[in-house]
Amino acid sequence: MSPEALAAQQRIDPTQVVGWGVDADPANNPTYPMRDISKDSKGGLDWPRPALQPETVEVLRSTEHNRRTAVFGTSTPPSGVSGALRRQAFKSSEGKWSHWLILLAADRINVVEGVAADLLAGRVPNIPAEMGIKSEVAHNMPGLIRKVAVTGAVLTLAYALVRSRQGDGRRHPAPPTPR
Amino acid sequence: MLAMDYRGPYRVRAEQKPMPEILHPEDAIVRVTRSCICGSDLHLYHGMVPDTRIGMTFGHEFTGIVVEVGSEVRNLAVGDHVIVPFNIACGKCHFCQQGLFGNCHESNSQATAVGGIFGYSHTAGGYDGGQAEYVRVPYADVGPTKIPAGMDLDDAVLLTDVVPTGYQAAEMGGIQRGDTVVVFGAGPVGIMAARCAWLFGAGRVIVIDHLEYRLDFARQYGPAEVYNFRSIEDPVYFLKKITDSLGADVCIDAVGGDAAGSALHTLLGTKLKLEAGAATALHWAINSVKKGGIVSIVGVYGPTGNLVPIGNVVNKGITIRANQASVKRLLPRLIEHVQAGRINPKALITHKVPLEEVSDAYHIFSAKLDGCIKPVLVPSSINVA
Ligand SMILES: [Zn+2]
Ligand SMILES: [Zn+2]
Repeated sequence: MSPEALAAQQRIDPTQVVGWGVDADPANNPTYPMRDISKDSKGGLDWPRPALQPETVEVLRSTEHNRRTAVFGTSTPPSGVSGALRRQAFKSSEGKWSHWLILLAADRINVVEGVAADLLAGRVPNIPAEMGIKSEVAHNMPGLIRKVAVTGAVLTLAYALVRSRQGDGRRHPAPPTPR
Repeated sequence: MLAMDYRGPYRVRAEQKPMPEILHPEDAIVRVTRSCICGSDLHLYHGMVPDTRIGMTFGHEFTGIVVEVGSEVRNLAVGDHVIVPFNIACGKCHFCQQGLFGNCHESNSQATAVGGIFGYSHTAGGYDGGQAEYVRVPYADVGPTKIPAGMDLDDAVLLTDVVPTGYQAAEMGGIQRGDTVVVFGAGPVGIMAARCAWLFGAGRVIVIDHLEYRLDFARQYGPAEVYNFRSIEDPVYFLKKITDSLGADVCIDAVGGDAAGSALHTLLGTKLKLEAGAATALHWAINSVKKGGIVSIVGVYGPTGNLVPIGNVVNKGITIRANQASVKRLLPRLIEHVQAGRINPKALITHKVPLEEVSDAYHIFSAKLDGCIKPVLVPSSINVA
């Protein structure tokens, strides 16, 4: 079917749609509600500030802020190796790619720290459950079987490779397990 | 209390955590009654947002009951049922004064490029979110809005983000009577943007996606013309053909960085993280809009950069408008729309899941299983109406 014919089938008569046009407003073009000049600050950071939240945890601050914001979140302060990396990232501005890439790297390290913290607390994380395997079984059994089969094949292949290379008398570290 | 707990990409669980406390005189503590999982939570869940720390609680779309207020809170009292906008906004700064409640300068120390958002990584302020039994709500007199008598909680919870973001997507499109509007993405926000485009007088509303069940929903709910980009092959070519080669007056990107549809963007954006997400929908929007037209972006992208045809933006004279929705500014009008029956938010909810089963709720939503459009978490201490 041509695009025009397909579209003709689906055309909707606007006047039949509940509420059609009730918010039509010629003034809404193109920049409302940006910038009401009468409400501009007169000199930069001159508004009456809210009270300042006491700093009870370490809060990293963007170099582009002149001061800490009046309130802030206290979830999960920086800690460990990932925390050290995050502090490093916050030495550069938001405009630097390195700022964000270091933070992403810290996030990955933080995952390992999370598993370690679980183990230290005497808890083996139930990773399949955390990934929602129950719903996968209920709603996507074929997909699950496919994933298990592919993962199994890759692992078997990797194992066979390692074995054959060890047979050559050379030592290689095992390849990382695919996720 | 029970709360969602992020353990790494694709791994979340329900965990006992300490009760939140009042940390600032304008804080309130809210007992959560409904808490959605949002498409943008999936960006966190997929590990795409920098500074998403292990142990954080997500959730920026929630309603609740006020259980405690700080010494300077005047407008709220213990026992009030409230809609809590996803943005954390002081109400006093230069940006809040302009109605830009999504761009507050007093709520996010970690970045200037985005305001504070509940449960949305440290890049958006490091606040624990509402996928929990209780949550700390800063600036409680500014954002939270009392739920009008008689309003269904399932309607109310979608007024925290989905409805205002969809509405603002249409509003930023500067839609004039008779305009052709194309919405990329048939997720909850795209579906809502299609619905709201009519309120601004659109003459034609088109939705593009690749999931048939969502397109079917958008066709009914918008209502909208819907096309699956897998079957029309080149959506830009297709859209030109059905608009007399001119293109649409307004294109809305309601997808963001998790887009499918382009092997190149998926490789660079999703797999290698060399782009701040796959900018496929934005790319299509720029190329499908009419010369002199408007591209409205509400899809979420990361803070680095994306590969899009910016030369076409210049040569076609396109106006790009984008923002996090200013929920507080829009709420009064949106409540009227819901009460008048022009918008029916709760129809989007396909899954209502106990907070305990948060791992499965995330997986169902992320993997698009079981016809999922919008999942809502309900703490088991709350009676599901
Ligand atoms: Zn959301
Ligand atoms: Zn503000």
